[in-house]
Amino acid sequence: RTSAILSKMVYKRFVEIGRVAFVSFGEDQGKLCAVVDIVDQNRALIDGPNIRRQAIGFKFLHLTGFVIQIGHGAGTTAVKKAWEKEGIEEKWQQSRWYKKLQMKATRRQLSDFDRFKLMKVKQRRSWLIKMEMGRLKKAQKK
Amino acid sequence: KKMAIREFIVVGRKEPSEAEPNPPLYRMQVFARNEVIARSRFWYVLHAARKMKKTTGEILSVNEVVEKNPNTVKNFGMWLRYNSRSGIHNMYKEFRDTTLCGAVEQMYADMNGRHRARASSVHIIKTAVVKAEDTRRPNLKQMHNSKIKFPLTHIQPRASHKRYRAKFVTSRPTTFAG
Repeated sequence: RTSAILSKMVYKRFVEIGRVAFVSFGEDQGKLCAVVDIVDQNRALIDGPNIRRQAIGFKFLHLTGFVIQIGHGAGTTAVKKAWEKEGIEEKWQQSRWYKKLQMKATRRQLSDFDRFKLMKVKQRRSWLIKMEMGRLKKAQKK
Repeated sequence: KKMAIREFIVVGRKEPSEAEPNPPLYRMQVFARNEVIARSRFWYVLHAARKMKKTTGEILSVNEVVEKNPNTVKNFGMWLRYNSRSGIHNMYKEFRDTTLCGAVEQMYADMNGRHRARASSVHIIKTAVVKAEDTRRPNLKQMHNSKIKFPLTHIQPRASHKRYRAKFVTSRPTTFAG
């Protein structure tokens, strides 16, 4: 009966020991970290392979769908081990979230010539789609 | 923005004289934002407690105590004395933090917010790391759960940097992130 209730839970991502989170603000913005311990209702102790162990507010964390298996208060080496075991780096790089971030970063770096090329490619693609659409409509009419 | 509160150990004594060539040393744990304030607080307390003052005594050393392990979360118990509008009261408060100085900052902010007691009215009698099973306050005890788990129910969208904040936005924010 409880599992029926849990399956209807509105929230799917929880702050828990081992939850992987994305740092959305501050010096370490853009890095992934794992929740190692909860300080209080506003802060968590986080640690990660590229980030210093520190207490950070939940305001600056975006929870991902990944969780690593660590005990509460686990040391940096234990976190690193669990991180590699779970394969968080590959999982993260295959996620849509990461890909969107990469896409945004690429777009921001485009030169004017790149943007021109992009425009031309988009025009070509939309032309191809319209041509195919036209053919399908024509085929349907018959 | 205020400087961080730091912990100092100040050791001082009355100036040695012919009558008393080796006066006793007094050591005090002071929480202050800098060494100058730490020295001042030392004399404030020693002058009240013993017959010595800045002119008749000497500070032998001031050392900052840096948190030994800022990488673990600890429960800090604090015994305070503070001036309210109508009297002086003792209090015991608990805070959870990674460093003692962080907890002391929380305490001053808490006393200010809850009791309108400014920092000058608050005296720290004692601070200690308290084991989880010995904590007394329910808001600390609720964190003592190795399987703690809760969602972030209300997320306010925040730009990744101050310069990306928009003055006007066309859509209402979503506070749900799943």
